[in-house]
Amino acid sequence: MDTILRELAAGIPQTIEITLASFAIAAVLGLPLAILRRSPFWLVRMPAVVIVEVLRAVPPIVWLFLIYYSLFSSDQVRLTTFQAAVVGLGLIYAAHLSEVYRAGLNAVPVGQWEATRALALPRLQTYGRVILPQALVVVVPPMATFAIALLKDSAIASVIGANDITFHAVQLTQQDLNGLANFTVAGLLYILLGVPFALLARGSDRVLSRRLAGA
Amino acid sequence: MSMVEEWREYLPDFLDGLGVTLQLTGASLLVGLPLGLMLALAMTTPRAALRWPVMVLVELGRGAPALVVLYFVYYGLPQLSLTWSSFTCATIALGFTTAAYTADIFRAGIDSIPAGQREACQALGLSHGSELRLVILPQAVRVVIPPLIGFCILLYQGTSLAFAVSVPELLSRAYNAASITYQFTAALTLAGLVYAAISLAAVALMRARWPRRAAKPAIAEPA
Repeated sequence: MDTILRELAAGIPQTIEITLASFAIAAVLGLPLAILRRSPFWLVRMPAVVIVEVLRAVPPIVWLFLIYYSLFSSDQVRLTTFQAAVVGLGLIYAAHLSEVYRAGLNAVPVGQWEATRALALPRLQTYGRVILPQALVVVVPPMATFAIALLKDSAIASVIGANDITFHAVQLTQQDLNGLANFTVAGLLYILLGVPFALLARGSDRVLSRRLAGA
Repeated sequence: MSMVEEWREYLPDFLDGLGVTLQLTGASLLVGLPLGLMLALAMTTPRAALRWPVMVLVELGRGAPALVVLYFVYYGLPQLSLTWSSFTCATIALGFTTAAYTADIFRAGIDSIPAGQREACQALGLSHGSELRLVILPQAVRVVIPPLIGFCILLYQGTSLAFAVSVPELLSRAYNAASITYQFTAALTLAGLVYAAISLAAVALMRARWPRRAAKPAIAEPA
């Protein structure tokens, strides 16, 4: 049990790094996708719709393979497994988060948009001071849920050879043939790593809705 | 145009692979859906001794990565002298994951039935079994079908994990073709297109049949 934990713990940093780095990419890229998708102009909206739908329609493992083995691998450029996993998962979850952001933006009552227009607020202030703070209340709990999903999906990075928990579990199993214990511990590690996100979801939900109710 | 020629060469083998992918999806649903419903019923009983172990099982199934569950079945269960083909292992693992996820969907459906319905059943002296069969489940089904279909699409994509235990499904065929011809871009793009085509078609069908809107109250229409 001690050896298992020690071996698998060696993969924890990489699992956390892949999760956080992809989530950062997803959180940033998701917002422009969501805003483009709300555009009244068909030509602006369409590319965003296609990008989001295609990113979500192909299995994550296929994206990682595509990115690792073909799209970015020439003789000059070669992504590491870590980079390929982060790019792939970052893009896929950007699509998921853009839908979360869109729901958040849609949840802001029309009257708020109309009021910013009546006050002739510049676009940046409209989003920064009025719309986004209200959208945040709706967005944080589902974002935390997607962070947990991303943490679990990061396990597939082991298939292209990332040095994460699952990879270490497979390596260890090939030595000691004790898959029963190794993968039980691996599964529990993922569940434990997800707990902070689950707490964040619940806590932020409570804080933000109380602030909204107080305002 | 060489990519299209490559594709023409790959296509028969890939379609075989797609067949395996679809069989794996179907088999996992066949295992997972009934189990998921049973878990949901166990989670909604008032008996805590039954409820808690089942909730723990469901949290394990939802909390652990599907790939880890798959490896657990494939590498772990042989230690208990349970040795199966890789297809069966994948079916068991994905079936368990399906059960855990759909248990939560079914439970939400059952919980969405107003308490008055249950009280009415008790007032009429219906047994627990008939209450479920005649009143609760027929109404819950309406609520759970859209999220269940959404899950089926995810499961269809998730069968690609079976590549890791060398089930000869779509992704494995693409990977093998690529490693023989070194045309990784051509082979993986075709596989991606096949996955995307079916997922997008299923999503489009689902949205046409169940447009996104606030869920109707389960009680609205008589069965």
